[in-house]
Amino acid sequence: LHAMNTVVAQLQRRFQDYLVSLYQQGFLDNQFTELRKLQDEGTPDFVAEVVSLFFDDCSKLINSMSRSLERPENVDFKQVDSGVHQLKGSSSSVGARRVKNVCISFKECCDVQNREGCLRCLQQVDYEYKMLKTKLQDLFNLEQQIVQAGGAIPQVNIN
Amino acid sequence: MAVGEVMRMEIPSGGDMSVTSPELHVLAVDDSIVDRKVIERLLRISACKVTTVESGARALQYLGLDGDKGASGLKDLKVNLIVTDYSMPGLTGYDLLKKIKESSVFREIPVVIMSSENILPRIEQCLREGAEDFLLKPVKLADVKRIKELIMRNEAEDCKTLSHSNKRKLAEYIDDASSPSPSPSPSPSSSTHDDSSAKDFPSSKQMKSADEKFSSLL
Repeated sequence: LHAMNTVVAQLQRRFQDYLVSLYQQGFLDNQFTELRKLQDEGTPDFVAEVVSLFFDDCSKLINSMSRSLERPENVDFKQVDSGVHQLKGSSSSVGARRVKNVCISFKECCDVQNREGCLRCLQQVDYEYKMLKTKLQDLFNLEQQIVQAGGAIPQVNIN
Repeated sequence: MAVGEVMRMEIPSGGDMSVTSPELHVLAVDDSIVDRKVIERLLRISACKVTTVESGARALQYLGLDGDKGASGLKDLKVNLIVTDYSMPGLTGYDLLKKIKESSVFREIPVVIMSSENILPRIEQCLREGAEDFLLKPVKLADVKRIKELIMRNEAEDCKTLSHSNKRKLAEYIDDASSPSPSPSPSPSSSTHDDSSAKDFPSSKQMKSADEKFSSLL
């Protein structure tokens, strides 16, 4: 029983440290904390479900913006702007800080119809969302291990 | 049985009469699936019933305001609050707000606008058009709690006004019913109760639901 407690405590510690590091490295902001508040024993997958919808959104929007930016002589900046706006909104809603920040630069490139700039931002936003997806997958795996070991998910306070 | 006794049974004088269901039913409108999921959870956690739709057009359809005569405002549950995103393709949140405030049936439903952009003229425009409040995205639990308290407080005040006026109106109704004159005095289609006297008289919508209650009594 003591050994099990140690395992749980270790997992909880790893989870906590990992989550804190995601905030410290700027992957996540306060809105992610707000989302975690909405999760409880009755809805243990809420955050995972929301971010999953977000990543699907990212993929879809990046694809359509890529198509709009494809031909240099015929760029639909209005469509790209709309895509960036949506991406900025949803990244903001889940606390995906780095993705959101790229969207701010992305919008600026769009406003001045800078195709090269847009393409760079598109690449960056693609990189960032995939990176975050990997990080959060690791986080959710830790969560699952804690639950399977019979422990509770720690409430982590981010200062 | 005296008229007064009938009313005491049905309308507690403390204004507790629930014209609306005990839980708020909120219609949330947002084109973003991520935001719909979040707002739904925020509202459910705040003990509200929630219906989410993805556009202003869908919202009007749900309310029965889209010109489909068959619907005529009938839906599963009465809507107590509408929370809508501002920037949506097609009908914006502002367009939706206007349509709701133009409707004699739905204008009393409070509408809250959400936006990711903190644009003062936009906020002012919405408030002028009758929006109850304006929330800056991303929406947090504290925002939803605040809105809920605001709406509940307004509903409680409306109930108090309603129970006072309806005591008087029911008395008039009963007098009329016993006379040869066919139409009862609290007529839902009457326009005299809509505008400047809104403070003292309940809205046509509230009167209508009150009428339904009373006519089933008599």
